[in-house]
Amino acid sequence: MAKFIISCDEATTICDKSQYGEATFFEKIKLNFHFLICKVCGLYSKQNAKMTNVYKMKANDCKKENRCLSTEEKEHLKKELQKIEA
Amino acid sequence: MTENETKHTLDPNTWIDKYADYLFNYAVVRVNNNDIAKDLVQDTFFAGLKSAKNFEGKAAERTWLVAILKRKVIDYYRKINSKKGKAEVRMNFYEEGDNEGSWIEERVPQTWDNDADKMIETEELKTTIDQCIDKLPEKYALVFRMKTIQEFETEEICKELNITASNLWVIIHRARTQLRKCMEDNWFNN
Repeated sequence: MAKFIISCDEATTICDKSQYGEATFFEKIKLNFHFLICKVCGLYSKQNAKMTNVYKMKANDCKKENRCLSTEEKEHLKKELQKIEA
Repeated sequence: MTENETKHTLDPNTWIDKYADYLFNYAVVRVNNNDIAKDLVQDTFFAGLKSAKNFEGKAAERTWLVAILKRKVIDYYRKINSKKGKAEVRMNFYEEGDNEGSWIEERVPQTWDNDADKMIETEELKTTIDQCIDKLPEKYALVFRMKTIQEFETEEICKELNITASNLWVIIHRARTQLRKCMEDNWFNN
């Protein structure tokens, strides 16, 4: 039984891990057991899911962005490279 | 001479047009800073030129350049690690002693006011998150970004940064706890 009792620190770490779908089955059991006795972590978990949505939105933004170097930057790089070659 | 035909060759004059953007993208998602990424790309080309004579033609030109860049990125990580390493150690969300592992008062989650309204996607929301991420210690921000924003596999991050998986989850946990608190103060309840 003692194996199932975890601290809030451990509980919220598992909670974060589960946001990425990487918590193990046993970890999820421990987490849900902890929720029964700890409302604070329950709230953390609820808000954590919301934060995950916010982060996903950021991740999507990031994927849309295709970052390139400008033509001037490339010209500058070429000059620098030629200096070395010479 | 059939063997020579399959060998890859280097053509430094075309490097920038062919690979600069690819390498820049590779670097910028890892260091999250355009100027640093630019420097790393430049360093990569320089190092490539200098060691061109050692190129054995076993890998394609681009693969070879990426391998060089990869080492440059790792060197950069090492540098920020040693700089910020000391500051991180004392960063601790939980009290020592009797209360170890439980919430310290200021970190206890508060109920969020009308969070449904506040979840609507706006530029302001995005800016607030960026500001909160920037407040994290550099290493936390880096691991958090790689895992959450760039969506790298856990294994890949561990390999690149040379950390263990449990190490990664502790960093992610600390980053997310700090971000949650920052968003609570600056977005949800302000």
